[in-house]
Amino acid sequence: MGDPYLQNEVDIGDVGLAVGKAVVAFTVLLVAVMLMVWFERKVVSRLQNRIGPNVAGPFGLLQTLADGLKLFFKEDIIPTNSDRFVFKLAPYLSLVPAFLTFAVIPVAGDFSGGQVDAATGLPLERPGTVTIFGRETFVQVADVPVGILFFLAMSSLAVYGIMLAGWSSGSKYPLLASVRASAQAISYEAALGLSLAAVLLVSGSLSTIDIVNTQAAGGGFGGFTRWNFIVTGFVPFIVFVIAGTAELNRPPFDLVEAEQEIVGGFHTEYSSIRFAMFFLAEFMNTVTMGALIVTLFFGGPAGPNLGILPGWLWGFVWFFSKLLFFLFMFVWFRATLPRLRYDQLMNLGWKLLIPISLGWLLLLAGIRFARTDELDFADSAIGNTAIVMLVGVAGLMVGGLLLSMAARAARTDRLENEGLVAVPTRVLVEEE
Amino acid sequence: MVNTIVFAVAALVVVGGALGVILNTHPVRAALSLIASFFGVALLFVLQEAHFLALIQVVVYGGAVVVLFLFVIMLLGVDATEDLNVEPIDGQRVGALVVGAAVFGLLLAGLFVSGPGGDKGAVALTGQPSFTQAIVENPAFEEEPTDVDLLADDLFGRNLVAFEATALLLTIATVGAVVLVRNRGAEDLVVDEPGSATR
Repeated sequence: MGDPYLQNEVDIGDVGLAVGKAVVAFTVLLVAVMLMVWFERKVVSRLQNRIGPNVAGPFGLLQTLADGLKLFFKEDIIPTNSDRFVFKLAPYLSLVPAFLTFAVIPVAGDFSGGQVDAATGLPLERPGTVTIFGRETFVQVADVPVGILFFLAMSSLAVYGIMLAGWSSGSKYPLLASVRASAQAISYEAALGLSLAAVLLVSGSLSTIDIVNTQAAGGGFGGFTRWNFIVTGFVPFIVFVIAGTAELNRPPFDLVEAEQEIVGGFHTEYSSIRFAMFFLAEFMNTVTMGALIVTLFFGGPAGPNLGILPGWLWGFVWFFSKLLFFLFMFVWFRATLPRLRYDQLMNLGWKLLIPISLGWLLLLAGIRFARTDELDFADSAIGNTAIVMLVGVAGLMVGGLLLSMAARAARTDRLENEGLVAVPTRVLVEEE
Repeated sequence: MVNTIVFAVAALVVVGGALGVILNTHPVRAALSLIASFFGVALLFVLQEAHFLALIQVVVYGGAVVVLFLFVIMLLGVDATEDLNVEPIDGQRVGALVVGAAVFGLLLAGLFVSGPGGDKGAVALTGQPSFTQAIVENPAFEEEPTDVDLLADDLFGRNLVAFEATALLLTIATVGAVVLVRNRGAEDLVVDEPGSATR
């Protein structure tokens, strides 16, 4: 429990290590954001038959740096109508949670299971640790005992940045955006939390490093059959990706900054470095969300140790490859999917994602209960599990049917109240 | 040493935030002060090694509840500074003062009863040993239970009925709120929901 180097009396060296880790993580995240912006522009360009940034540096790699410098030296405009204090505060409220979330993610470490102490030849007690300056530690800034809740807390705080930016600008389009942002964040946090609960259920821990450990246990080829996206049965993973994209305000859920409707959304009135901070926070959140999906569902740094490199570095290689895949996925979403309408967004969140993740959580809990010895429907644990699964799936289907019937009835009712001709139900289903 | 410093900082944030809530004439700034106050409380929870409670405090109160406040403030457009000389309910201020003084007095009394030398915490006020102590000594836990274990044991063991009753109450409240809104008349609703009016 907890990071090993903090188990004993904390001395000045431990404090130094903690500060050093934070600084390194911040730098890594900044560089990652720089590369991510380049990556996104480049991939989107290719998907749209363009070349993209190709002038600044090799392959246009330094384009982000150039843009950042440009933003730095631009004039910082604060609108007369704005609430000056909140207007200046809002970018920080966006940026700080974005960085803090990254602190709980283990980015490297040897989880291959075959880790042995070089001196004694005994297996190490704690997988995933490295030794820095004689101190054994995890490759993450902080091992918070309730790390996943820390992520939820930060993502629920991140909405303040957008909300207050929109409100304090003293202009109508940003205000519309901030109202949209708060409604969207509240709606999708529920689905996000429920799909997370499925992972917590099978992992039995709230700590990120323990979640990685349970996925890495069992050895094998990186033990990838133990990864949570298989163990929890795909559905929580899909719900998490959708809700996570919505939480990031990335396309197709970018109603908050829908430029065709509300100019630039919440950051319309922002310029110069304050605008850059929102931009930075957005991409930091994207990288962190990708890293979190990897940690929760794809075993984080867990993967086979293929030799040549030291074990902890393989952890980083696996983590980074998995992360890259999900970052590409986010970019792909952006280039492919058209933006959702507001009512579609709410329908998807409340009528589909939340019921599905809630039902799936119940099913998973039931199956776990069936594996214990406390049930005796059948002679064996497998028989119990099969019966529970059958009953559970049947129950979920009945629930889903009731829900869709209720939704349909409400809709027909509303249309009749409007005095419109009743539309055939088949068409309505297709529209949803 | 470190604990004292953290406590001092957290206490400053809590009190400062609370003062900000009542002294700011601007509703949005008052809500922001409220968040600061909640954060201070969360910090105090961390100091007591109640990590779970600390983060729930941030997620639920700092995150959801104040977002809802701000949402309402923005939607209703009560940005403008309210006239503080108007009293919405007669005798409200005197009542608030009396209740506030009573709560403060109770807190002080609790502090004095449980002061140095006397019984601590729950024992001082109720004469009963605290639940937490009983759970920690429960042999069902093989290793030292974390705060999450303790909370789970309390909620889903000892207080299961109350917990489920609360869940039911909240569901009823939600359904009630929806029914109240829906009954206002269908024509209002059409305007509210984008995309529904055209089809």
